[in-house]
Amino acid sequence: MIEFEHVSKTYDKATDRETKAVRDVSLKIEKGEFVFIVGNSGSGKTTLIRLLLKEIDASQGIIRVGGTDITKLKRKMIPRYRRRLGVVFQDFRLLKDKNVYENVAFAQRVVVTPTREIRRRVPEVLAMVGLSSKYKSLPSQLSGGEQQRVAIARALVNRPEILLADEPTGNMDPGNAWQIMKLLEEINHMGTTVVVVTHSKEIVDKMRKRVITMKHGVVVTDREESGYGNEN
Amino acid sequence: MAACIFLFCILYSVVVNVQHMVKAMEDTVGVTVFFDEGLSEEEIQAIGDVISARSEVADMRFVSAEEAWESYKEDYFAGMPELAEGFEEDNPLANSASYELYLNDIEDQQEFVEYLESIDGVRQVNYSEIAAQGLSMVNSVVGYVSMGLILILLAVAVFLISNTIAITINARREEIKIMRMIGATNFLIRSPFVVEGIIIGLFGAGIPLVLVYYAYSYAVRFCLSHLSILSRILTLLPVWQVFQVLVPVSLGLGLGIGLFGSWFSIRKHLRA
Repeated sequence: MIEFEHVSKTYDKATDRETKAVRDVSLKIEKGEFVFIVGNSGSGKTTLIRLLLKEIDASQGIIRVGGTDITKLKRKMIPRYRRRLGVVFQDFRLLKDKNVYENVAFAQRVVVTPTREIRRRVPEVLAMVGLSSKYKSLPSQLSGGEQQRVAIARALVNRPEILLADEPTGNMDPGNAWQIMKLLEEINHMGTTVVVVTHSKEIVDKMRKRVITMKHGVVVTDREESGYGNEN
Repeated sequence: MAACIFLFCILYSVVVNVQHMVKAMEDTVGVTVFFDEGLSEEEIQAIGDVISARSEVADMRFVSAEEAWESYKEDYFAGMPELAEGFEEDNPLANSASYELYLNDIEDQQEFVEYLESIDGVRQVNYSEIAAQGLSMVNSVVGYVSMGLILILLAVAVFLISNTIAITINARREEIKIMRMIGATNFLIRSPFVVEGIIIGLFGAGIPLVLVYYAYSYAVRFCLSHLSILSRILTLLPVWQVFQVLVPVSLGLGLGIGLFGSWFSIRKHLRA
């Protein structure tokens, strides 16, 4: 599903101080997998997500998603590619002036989904994340955990092949964080490939999933059904 | 933006009226062609046919020797008919039959006079070089100054509308980011801002048009009622004649500036 082949990303190419955020990373994530990418700040894990999102271009190497080499993707094709992904961020990135329903429906509107389909699909996804009763609430009226559920619902509403979550529990108490992880696991069980970037040791240890550990832009370990490890 | 279009409308109204007045003055600046002594009426008529066929000629009038004498009497012997009585049987202007010519463009005068002087049978060509040059210069200066001012106004208008849209874009930066992340096409992201720019542009053109319409109508009425003494030189074009150009041009400018300004403001936010 996702394949990195000797991928490097260098920032600040214009200046003399080149920073290699990712160095010669090669990894493969199969369809339907649940993978944690862990590491300290500056280890390059968020850069991997940004590369996958095609927010930035790799300086070297090949990135394949579903067989497509996205390093060669034409600019015009990027929106269509991004529709295959769902993304969740630590800061939720919800539209503050829109209610829960509208935030989720917004994702369908921007890909020009017919209104009838939006009316059918949005309640379905809100039910999946357990927010059916709060569809009229504004983000400011929700807890952090609930806001992240809205963000997950928005990421899922267009049925993405891959769900990318960058520190999805970063701002949450352990109880809420655990619930979000269980929700992501449930989504994974429905067939979506889930990639979670985190530095939450407890969660990673508890979930027992594949863990890719990064340090200074390099993949240092890649273990199945693992814990956080001591590499950091 | 509205202020720029307002200034543009004012400028345009001034320019077209100045040009109109200059043109009206040009129409009074003529060239008179006199013929060699002894030329028959048929020969003069033949020369007249050749001259009137020229594209530079807007209007041409034949003044016979008798008409010339009558006109002279009116001008110089007015109230003293006894002074002219001595010439009753002998027209002193017997060889002064002429053609009065009015040109389409006063700038062609010098060249055309040279042509007239080269015609066989033409004795003398009277014309006012100073008047022609003066009017040409007024025309050119008005043209260049107005063109310069219009360009400056357009640049200012584009800058202002870009800024307005940039503020809107800034307020909705997060929304744009989310749209891009979800997979919205650039067209979809850009559309609302471009539509907004066009609407601002059209309003920015519509409001000054209404203001200038009332101001110009008032100016025309004022000139007719209070400045009738200057009616020979201060002749404002009718409202409809100015606005049949001003309305489409201003709305077009508003639309274009809105489209152009918003398109460029949003562009940097769409780089993937």
